Amino acid sequence: MGAGLGIHLHVEGESVVHKLPAHAKLVGLVTFVLLVVALPRDAHSARAALLLVAGAVVVSTRVPLRHVVSRLVVEVPFVVFALVLPFVATGPAMRLGPFTVSRDGVEASIALLLTATTSVLMAVAFATTTSSRDLVRALQHLRLPDRLVQILAFMVRYLGVVGSQAQRMKVARDSRAFRARSLGSWPVIASSAGALFIRSYERGERVHLAMMSRGYTGRMPVTDPLSATGRDWAVAHVPAVLALAALTAVYAA
Amino acid sequence: MHVPDGFLDAPTSLGTAVIAVGGVALALSRARRELDDRTAPLAGLVAVFVFAAQMLNFPVGAGTSGHLLGGTLAAVLVGPWTATLCLTVVLAVQALLFADGGISALGTNITLMALVGVWAGWLVFVGLRRLARSAGSKVVPALAGVAAFASVPLVALTFTAMYAVGGRAPIPLGDLVTAMVGWHALIGVGEGLITLLAVGSIIATRPDLVHGARGLIERRDLEIRTEVPA
Repeated sequence: MGAGLGIHLHVEGESVVHKLPAHAKLVGLVTFVLLVVALPRDAHSARAALLLVAGAVVVSTRVPLRHVVSRLVVEVPFVVFALVLPFVATGPAMRLGPFTVSRDGVEASIALLLTATTSVLMAVAFATTTSSRDLVRALQHLRLPDRLVQILAFMVRYLGVVGSQAQRMKVARDSRAFRARSLGSWPVIASSAGALFIRSYERGERVHLAMMSRGYTGRMPVTDPLSATGRDWAVAHVPAVLALAALTAVYAA
Repeated sequence: MHVPDGFLDAPTSLGTAVIAVGGVALALSRARRELDDRTAPLAGLVAVFVFAAQMLNFPVGAGTSGHLLGGTLAAVLVGPWTATLCLTVVLAVQALLFADGGISALGTNITLMALVGVWAGWLVFVGLRRLARSAGSKVVPALAGVAAFASVPLVALTFTAMYAVGGRAPIPLGDLVTAMVGWHALIGVGEGLITLLAVGSIIATRPDLVHGARGLIERRDLEIRTEVPA
């Protein structure tokens, strides 16, 4: 455990996407993904075109491709599901090589793969170009309830701290020749989780006391508000406009 | 377990998003009672804990491993309203900073894991606790374990219901229910055992931190000893 906790997706950079204000980027991302999901099931060519758009956005971030590909791993369980779909779905059958499969299943499988890949690529483009602090500022700017933003801010702030604590506990277990192999190792893992909870909770209490003594009244001041020009909003919504065009074209046809 | 984009159709995604917003808004107003003004720092660190606990893999055998959902565990430890907020924040961070779980499916994921996952586990836990009131705090870990076990197939069942409403491919519903619930009952065994053991180890050291054990811990009166035995 702990592995991956310290590895934020964020990569420093100077590309157009990096420079966009985070709230404009976030709104653009959500609009784009919603439009892609709203495409009807058999609009495969529109989906493929939007996959290219997402690919182009990823390329324009100039983040090393290796970094992006390693994130696509999160998709694997659903690729498996998509591959199984044609065989378990019902409806009219069709022949695909040596197999007889469900036509609806194949359609849904292609749609799922294209949609999920497109949106994972866009989400990766957002995550690699936005620091966790900018995400917090963006959500604050977009008027998310203050307490939710604060919880999120504390979470991203202490992710690394608790993560390295978990890592130290893992080193302590490993150096006592612990290996998580069988059911017998569960009590050890569970008591580690218990200790991690107590340590996290007590750290939370200490942080709270420290903040109280520095004049915290339950609100965090906005020191450095985000601002976006009309041009920023326009650039951030280019993919969303393309998606809207694709959606209109599909419904017009 | 995180639902990606495009798995459910747009109306279903929006519908679950509306449910999620309602649930989280209610939790925001109620969590204050559980944690008073310490809400933000404490809930933030509990969210980090849930995030870390989800990375904690336990070996299932044959080279595969499972990971914790943590909904019931968080509910028993800090109370259901705070747990709802913590899970919501964890899911939002996973979607936005780690590209894990779909953006348009965030409402679906929050409904599944932060609402159903937390509340199914919590309600089962409260029900069992009422039955076993006389047994004291010793049974709390076992009750939490059973509740965690039950919550996983319940989440799977909710997901199946969502799929029946807004799924993109026609799969015979009976088969899907059997496969999902059967498979997740197995995962639930892992979730239940880890929850049982983790709550047990916390009750042994800091029973005052376990929200679900409040009122069950034996009161120990302050003892003032004037004479020091030689």
